[in-house]
Amino acid sequence: MGIYDIIFYLFAAITIVSAAIVVNTKNIIHSAFSLLLTFFGVSGLYALLGADFLAIVQIMVYVGGILILLLFGVMLTNKITNVDIKTGVLNVIPAILGLGIFGAVLIFIVTSTNWHVEKLVIPKTTTSMLGNLLLTDYVLVFELLAILLLIALIGAASIARRDKE
Amino acid sequence: MEVGLNHFLIVSTILFSFGLYGIVTRKNAIMVLMGVELILNAANINFVAFSSFGNFGINGQLYALFVIILAAAEAAIALAIVLNIYKTFSKVNIDEINNLKD
Repeated sequence: MGIYDIIFYLFAAITIVSAAIVVNTKNIIHSAFSLLLTFFGVSGLYALLGADFLAIVQIMVYVGGILILLLFGVMLTNKITNVDIKTGVLNVIPAILGLGIFGAVLIFIVTSTNWHVEKLVIPKTTTSMLGNLLLTDYVLVFELLAILLLIALIGAASIARRDKE
Repeated sequence: MEVGLNHFLIVSTILFSFGLYGIVTRKNAIMVLMGVELILNAANINFVAFSSFGNFGINGQLYALFVIILAAAEAAIALAIVLNIYKTFSKVNIDEINNLKD
């Protein structure tokens, strides 16, 4: 077992254990902070796969943006004097049964399929390749996503705005 | 056992199942959003893993980047909606909110 394998199992364990905490704890703040660890673990997996730019983007956008947004959401939608912010649960037993079967079938399919696998080639850096692709083959998608982000920004601001009395 | 494509796919499958479990069982709308984020991350791991282990160049990583952008937009819009729901109903439990209007 090489150092690569050990690091993989470490990051996989971080990801899966913290994801389990996210969906099983009742305290919303605890799950938000476990989600932080999940994002770090996934970022480590990206780095192991040779996607260095994506690993950094994962940390910057998810941890720096989305998680902070979620925490703001938690804080703004609960009474601030309420010390423990709990979430209720429903359908636990059917969900465990159904998703256990679902996950088992999915893992069986994944492991029994004969994927076409090449040897893992880790490029030196992916940033320049991604930039080139983004402005040649995917330039239309790039522009559309820019417009989408602008629309989402305006939409979110106008939805969340307090009405003038 | 050498770490290969299957290991990454299994991690993403487990992450996907946890995300779906969170969406199905939690009552708080923000917890449902966290489940959606877990599912998007699972999909991203698949994109990057297939991109690295197949011989497709780097396109899969670019798609993962697009998914991250869409996740950011989705989180912003969804939280704006959740804030509005809280303003209207003073609660964000999605099983109690079953009418469109007060």
